[in-house]
Amino acid sequence: MKYFSLVWAGLWRKRTRTVFTMLSIVVAFLLFGLLQGINQGFNTVTSNLDVDRLYVSAKTNMTDGLPIAHLNRIKSVPGVRAVSLWTYFGGFYQKAQDPLPAFATDAQQLFSVYKDIKIKPEYLEAMRKTRTGVLLSEQLAKQRGWKVGDHIPVGTSIWTKKDGSSTWDFDIVGTFDVSKYGAGFPAFYLNYDYFNEASAFGQGVVHYYIVGIDDPHQAMRISQQIDALFANSTYETQTQTESALAVMQLKQLGDINFIANAIVGAVLFTLLFLTANTMMQSVRERTAELAVLKTLGFADGKVLLLVLTEALLLCLFAGMVGLALSSLVFETPALRQIFGDDFSMPLVVIVMGAGMALLLALVSGLPPAWRARQLNIVDALAGR
Amino acid sequence: MTAIVSLRNVKKSYLRGKQTVEVLHGVDLEIQASEFLGLMGPSGSGKTTMLNLIAGLDQPTSGEVVVSDKRIDKLSRGALADWRARHIGFIFQFYNLLPVLTAEANVEVPLLLTNLSRAQRRERVQTVLQLVGLADRAKHKPNELSGGQQQRVAIARAIVADPTLLVCDEPTGDLDRQSAEEIMNLLQALNRTQGKTIVMVTHDPRAAEYASRELHLDKGQLAHDARRVA
Repeated sequence: MKYFSLVWAGLWRKRTRTVFTMLSIVVAFLLFGLLQGINQGFNTVTSNLDVDRLYVSAKTNMTDGLPIAHLNRIKSVPGVRAVSLWTYFGGFYQKAQDPLPAFATDAQQLFSVYKDIKIKPEYLEAMRKTRTGVLLSEQLAKQRGWKVGDHIPVGTSIWTKKDGSSTWDFDIVGTFDVSKYGAGFPAFYLNYDYFNEASAFGQGVVHYYIVGIDDPHQAMRISQQIDALFANSTYETQTQTESALAVMQLKQLGDINFIANAIVGAVLFTLLFLTANTMMQSVRERTAELAVLKTLGFADGKVLLLVLTEALLLCLFAGMVGLALSSLVFETPALRQIFGDDFSMPLVVIVMGAGMALLLALVSGLPPAWRARQLNIVDALAGR
Repeated sequence: MTAIVSLRNVKKSYLRGKQTVEVLHGVDLEIQASEFLGLMGPSGSGKTTMLNLIAGLDQPTSGEVVVSDKRIDKLSRGALADWRARHIGFIFQFYNLLPVLTAEANVEVPLLLTNLSRAQRRERVQTVLQLVGLADRAKHKPNELSGGQQQRVAIARAIVADPTLLVCDEPTGDLDRQSAEEIMNLLQALNRTQGKTIVMVTHDPRAAEYASRELHLDKGQLAHDARRVA
């Protein structure tokens, strides 16, 4: 600790250079924190999804849809607890650029399949009694400023009504808490029966059957049985667990893990050279000063440690600032909306970041520290 | 009289490229405790090499170097560093202060290698800064001080750990005449009042006059040795 002033003073010898190097490290670790945090965020979201739910869609493509007649046959498979459905409605509010994540469903069954969604029983009852009723996530209601009892017109570019209108009028009958599943979870539900009756075409189309099963260990068997029921029919099915589906959907965006790791890797690799160069330059400029320290009695090992501690201080301090800033970004509403209110920067990312900063310090600090250690006093003082 | 430094048949050669250059050719020398030795000679005569050997900065090719009854020519690099911290105070021509540290922090550096507490270190630093007449400049950085003042700080740094021997390499070489006289007076006072043994390399005959003994080196051999009566 008594050498701290010496290390600190050495670090700030060239103030501007140190500040710029620190800023580079801060930005790199901010990026590291954000990308790794997002990675972890997606992992958390998918791990929150259960394997006791199966998704059944058309084998060809989800958008091709399946007939409603499949419902009872799926229900008959042993081990199936409840079956609900989703048909993509894809509405918008007032203008097409303001989309709503709307799905037609059987609400009673849906909330029985998704046991973790919190909803008041009276809202479910109101949904059952009101044909034009809709249920919204609390987050969406808050975001839009809507409340129970509001009447909202929702436009659609897909589902025209039998009367030729493309505007559907709905009544908000309740809200539900979907925070456990994050913002990717559909947040707007209308009654499938009403949708089916009022729509001008596509009656009986279901995009997903969501199947609640009793025993997650039976997921594979049940999936195979469901798909076998409809094998070689016009509407063959593809059944998969919820987390498998989510991972597949995320992969459609690209391999996020790979992209994140590639970017972080490239940034840290560049940073390594930058920091190593800064440290090497700093030691080169201080050759005479380090020789003086050795002259005064600082042993080779002590000089090595002084230089290495400088690199550690630089990298760890700046790295931690970067990670702290990225943690703050995860507190912003934009990311909370994606990963849910409970999500914050995972500890594992902080630990990984600290490890990376440590590694960066060691790799970039060791060559100049070793050079300082090997310094010959007589040659250094003579400027050789 | 007790010899505090003994050089016995000391030879030193360097490899310059592919050529071996012998700088000292079997020097024998004894320096007594509390002596103020002025080491003079033309460039390349081996003055600084001899000073480096006495100070434990370098090791002889052959021969013995004994300082304060310790043979230092056989010590390892680590042991030599430790020995220097306890026994040697250095004063350089260009002061060699650490530019990022204040005067008091510069003076404190050798004490960091001791077991003294922070308070004890501070107390010692204040004492030596007062001794060199710079107590009021303690918070100044080297670039805020004149050459003479910087050399005073360097002297304070050299004596703060109470070393056995002070070695000075051209201590007035970078100073104007008045500052040089002040520095030499200070060194002489340290020698006379505190009994510090000083070995000083200099080109300046005026600086050498402050020494109690003057030694001339020429082509790596002692050429002239004269004691001055105080």
